[in-house]
Order: sequence, then structure tokens, then C-alpha cells
Amino acid sequence: MSEATEVSADLGTDADRPATGPVGMNRAPGKVWLDPPAFPDAARVALRDSQLRHNLERATGTIRAKRAGVVEELPDWEELRLAGAALKDDVLAHLDGYLLQVEERVTAAGGQVHWARDAAEANRIVVDLVRATGVDEVVKVKSMATMEIELNEALAEAGIAALETDLAELIVQLGEDRPSHILVPAIHKNRAEIRELFLRTMPGVPRDLADEPAQLAAAARTHLRRKFLSAKVAISGANFMVAETGTLVVLESEGNGRMCLTLPETLISVVGIEKVVPTWQDLEVFLQLLPRSSTGERMNPYTSTWTGVTPGDGPQTFHLVLIDNGRTRVLADSVGRQALRCIRCSACLNVCPVYERTGGHAYGSVYPGPIGAILNPLQHGTASARDRSLPYASTLCGRCFEVCPVRIDIPEVLVHLRGTVVDDRREARVPSPEMAAMKAVAFVFSGARRLAAAERLVSLGGRLLGRRGQITRLPGAMDAWTQARDAPAPPAESFRAWWKRTRSNGKTGSS
Amino acid sequence: MRVALFVTCFNDALYPRTGQAVVALLERLGHEVVFPSAQTCCGQMHVNTGYYREAVPLAHTFIDVFDPYEAIVSPSPSCVGTVRESYARIAERTGDAALVRSTASIVPRVHELSEFLVDVLGVEDVGGYFPHRVTYHPTCHSLRGLHVGDRPYRLLEAVKGLTLMHLPAAEECCGFGGTFAMKNAEVSVAIGADKARHARDTGAEVLCALDNSCLTHIGGMLSRGRSGMRVLHLAEILAGSEQTA
Repeated sequence: MSEATEVSADLGTDADRPATGPVGMNRAPGKVWLDPPAFPDAARVALRDSQLRHNLERATGTIRAKRAGVVEELPDWEELRLAGAALKDDVLAHLDGYLLQVEERVTAAGGQVHWARDAAEANRIVVDLVRATGVDEVVKVKSMATMEIELNEALAEAGIAALETDLAELIVQLGEDRPSHILVPAIHKNRAEIRELFLRTMPGVPRDLADEPAQLAAAARTHLRRKFLSAKVAISGANFMVAETGTLVVLESEGNGRMCLTLPETLISVVGIEKVVPTWQDLEVFLQLLPRSSTGERMNPYTSTWTGVTPGDGPQTFHLVLIDNGRTRVLADSVGRQALRCIRCSACLNVCPVYERTGGHAYGSVYPGPIGAILNPLQHGTASARDRSLPYASTLCGRCFEVCPVRIDIPEVLVHLRGTVVDDRREARVPSPEMAAMKAVAFVFSGARRLAAAERLVSLGGRLLGRRGQITRLPGAMDAWTQARDAPAPPAESFRAWWKRTRSNGKTGSS
Repeated sequence: MRVALFVTCFNDALYPRTGQAVVALLERLGHEVVFPSAQTCCGQMHVNTGYYREAVPLAHTFIDVFDPYEAIVSPSPSCVGTVRESYARIAERTGDAALVRSTASIVPRVHELSEFLVDVLGVEDVGGYFPHRVTYHPTCHSLRGLHVGDRPYRLLEAVKGLTLMHLPAAEECCGFGGTFAMKNAEVSVAIGADKARHARDTGAEVLCALDNSCLTHIGGMLSRGRSGMRVLHLAEILAGSEQTA
């Protein structure tokens, strides 16, 4: 059997833990998102971590302000967003043709293209490619696609160590932790926590290491530099694939990615099939949208591009692994397919009131925040506790849509997915309490007389429960409201009763 | 002008004084208000929770009840947004071609109160009197859904005796989110706690907004925290006059 099967069998030992159990297990050894709990349960645990709340408020606030500044200075920002969305929609409408073009151009340029239907297939391909080189250690460029398929875990199962070279990913890896943000995976850690981690896990770090960013970065640089010089194989993702030339593009801040892309002999790039842009000209739009939306910079420090192999320069063996892993499922959903425009900038995370309070781990996926709340159920369906609950992990405040550089209407997709979750539930023989309540309310609303009668009941209930106009404890499931909030006592008379009593002299509309 | 009031089910049952304020305000401005008594609910809660099928008859009822009127006014941006945006989506999802047509016909006639006052009636000074310190929370649906912009501020600034206090981080969501407030009660309260803190920091006596649903959440937190600060719908402030003060 495959490695992937062994992984799941091995991890199955604690799969009997209840899905609603404590989220502390998120920090258990092995970073795989194992049967994650429903969002409300995970969020409840995250909310208790006041250090986390403080770190997140600070970090998201800073990025938000930086982004707003560099977006405001562009007079054509809205046109750029429209262009970005239109380009991506064109790619999605003709994805089959563009992907074959990518394959043809990459092959012509000396690379080899592999197609992977799902995570297990992608991992098997990469593990076999690394094994064929005979090495047991690879360096990695920060990549969401490889995190999504849990490649590091698959490599470890095969006895291959994968070293993350992006500073934040390295912090997550050293801490046996999980990423909690797309762009800033260690956003939940502050520098004092990072200093402690380095002292504990990096051999040869000076004991007097200060928690200054420059000193922390220097320690990581020393740690990584040795690895770059000896690495034979690198694994990357890509931000874009240019179809007309078969060129891959990575944008980064640190330069560690470029080391990985140029020093090793073999480069393996794992890329989602939606990452295509038709031409170099199209990059003009995305190279403006992405850095301004993600790091709040006019331009990112390093943009690396490579086309197959170049004799005598850089890796001499190049493999491109194209992954589907649910993307064609998203493409088939006429409302949800706009999610495939996503360029992983994470602007939606930084403005989300829910993400700011819970952090990324509560979403139980490498894709947290508003985009994660739609991408996960779109890619994987709504069968799991996590994927059923994620569409509801939003107040629908609309800030995510407002900042999205490719205009993904996340609130629209969230509500659409809620419809899917509800429709799945309709199949159940016994209706859920929520379904029963929603149907009862719809019945009350089906006629004004029924509504008036219900209002009289509500009014009566209010008189029984209310004190000085407020109710401090509601019965049953409604107590979720009054745990921390008072509720207004219903008035003695509804609006329609007042109107009928005072205005029923012909002014009442007759319909 | 003859104005049909869509009071919304939430205001009908819990905040009749908001509906009464809209009536008083529009009548003071010389308009005739009618209340089509067959109205019930726009279906917002059902759609936004994923119960599309249950929302379809509610959408049809809304359109049947209000179609005879030229001007339909509601003191709730989220309910107006439901008619403007969600009805077309419900229609598309359920393949209801009749709903597509009737929605397109009614949407231009449905107005949120502040839009109606400023854009249709062309008034900013509604003759209000409210001698208190007031802060304004722009609800998400009014701000990012309907794009009411600075209309509510302009209306408030023209109210005699009123001191408008700046609300820090005003554009951030209050955390209510409809059924989110129950399904994710702890997160909802965590977001609301920050909104309530910002509101208290203004030193205002009253926090006002365009939607009573958000105000129920923020007001519930302020009340539990014994803040002494009140929440009021904008209509109730605009309807205040020297006679009623």
C-alpha cells in the first residue's frame, strides 16, 4: 500500500477522540490536521488564549494599515481588481487549453510535467521523484499547495526530511506547530515566543539572543545557510504559471526562496491547476495586486521566474507537479468557482473580525479566514464537521469582498454554501432542531394573522421574563444569547397592533 | 407622497417605537404613510442561514404585498439588502423565473430610510431636536451592502441640540451577524465587546444605527455591562422634536 495509506492508518490511533473535544490536540506531535473539530468548538478554545488575541490584534492591525496606504495611492485600483477578476475568469473558462499549453511549453523547455488528481497522488509522485535522486533531505520554498497536500508529512513517512526555509514556516516547523495565516504562518507567535523557540530548537544559537527581529532573522539565516549550500533537491510552489512560455513565478520577501530555486540540482514545483495566467502581459496586473494586498508593499523584494531548465545555470532537472485536489469540483460550482481566482494574498484574513479574534487554527486547515471558510467546503464538500461549520464562521460583514484583489464575493459564496449544508440536512430522517425551528418560523411568517398571534405570545413571554425592559436569561437554546448579553423585553404591543388600534380608519393598506 | 412602510418583522415584534418614529417623521415632512397589513418578513434569516426553500414563499409574499406601491420605505438596511441582492439569488438557485421578473420590477422602488430621506425626498434637515451626545455605528449592511455613505451623518448633523461624537473603529462589524450570534455566540460576543468598549469610550449617551438587529446585540452587551448607555434607531432620533422632548 502507499505511504499515504500508512499515514492515515498510523494516525488513526487517536481518531476516536470526539470531534468536539478540546483543541489542545492541535498542538500534538504530527502537524496533520486530523479530523478537525467544528469551528465553534475550536474557536471557543482559541478565544481563551489572551496572548493569541493580543498578537493577532497587533499583527492584523499593522498589515491592514499598510495595505490601506498602498492601495489608496493607486487611482486605478478598482480597475486593476476588475482586470484581475476578468483574467482569472478567462483562465477558468478555458483551463483545459491553458494547462495543455503549460505542459507543452514546460516540456519543450526541458522540464517534466506530472498530473495529480488528489493529495495522495501528488505526494506519491513527489516522494518517488525525491527517492530517485537518492537524497534524504530537501529544502522548501514557502508553498501553500504543498501544505495543503501535507507533503512534509508524506516525505517524513518516506524517511525524507523537508526543511522549510521561509522564516515564518521555519518557526512553525521548529515548534511542531501549525500555520495560522496564509502569508504569515507564525502570526500567532510574538517575538518573545520565537526567541524561546530558537533557543530550544536551533543548535548553536547564542544564549544571549535578544528578541529583536534583526537578531532573530540572523540566527535563522545562519541556521539555513548551511542547508542551502548542501541541498541537492528543492521543492517549491508557484504564484503564477505563464502559459505562453511555460514560465513559473514565485514572489517572496526574504530571498530564501531564490536560494532554493537556484542552488540545488533538482527542482520540483507543486502547483494548483488554477495558477495559470495566459501571458506575461497579464502578470502586470497581478504583480501590482498581490504585493499591495498581501504584505502592503508596492513591490515584493524578490520575484523569481524560471522556464524549464537552462544549461549551466540553476537546477538541471525540473519537475512540475500539477494538482487538482478538489479544484475541478470547485470549477463545477457556478457560484463557488470564483474562489479559484484566489491568489493567496490573505487580505481577507487581515480584515476579518472573526479571524482577528480566533486566529487561524480554529479553521482546522492551512487555508483559514474567509477564503478558507469557502475554499475548504468547496474543495472537499460539506461532509465533515469542519466543512459543515465553516460557511457559518462569518458575520457576513463584507469586508473580505471589499479588499479582495480579484473580487471574490466571499459573503455570497458563504451563503450559497450554507444552502448546500442545509439541503444536505434535508435528507436526514429526523430533522435537526434548527431545521424544525426554521420551518416553524417560516410557517408563522406565511400569513399576517399567524404572525400577529405569535407576536401576542412573544409579548406575553416578555412580560414574564423581563425586568426593567431587559431579559437577562432566556430559556433553552436561546440562552446562547443571554450568556453575555441582555435581550430586550418585547413590548406590550406590536407595531401592527398599535397601527390597528390607532390607524384602522381606512389608511391601512388593503393588500 | 404616499409611502408604504415595510416595518420588518423584527421591528414589528420587538421595536414598534422605531416604526412609530418612521411614521411620525414622514408625516411631519408632509407625506402619507400606509402600512400594508399583510406584510410579514423578507426572509433574510432564512436565506442567510441557508434555508433558501423556506425563503421563496416569503419573497413572493413581500412582492405581492408591496407591488402596488410606488415608494416602499424600510428602517432596516439588511432587510432592504435582502430584497435587492438575495431575491435574485434565491430565484436563480431555485429556478424561479417569475421571481426574477418581479424582483427586477420592485427593487428600484424599495428604499432604506436614510436613502429615502436624502435621495428621494431631498431633505437633510428633517426638523429634529435631540439634545444629547450621540455616536453613530455604520452597520455592515448599510455601509458595505447599500453604500449609504455619509447620508446618516448628514441627517444627524442637522438635528438641533445633538452633539455627534466620533466612534473609533466605526467601520468594524459589531459581531451580530444574524444567526452567527447564536451559532458562534462566543466569537460574536468577543467582537461585540470591542464595539461596546469603543462606544463607551466616546462618552456619548446614545449609540445609534440604522438596524435594530445590530443594536440589539450591542445594546445587550452595554446593558449587561451596566454602562448606562442607550441604543436607539436613527429614526427615533430624527423623529424627536421640541414638542416631544
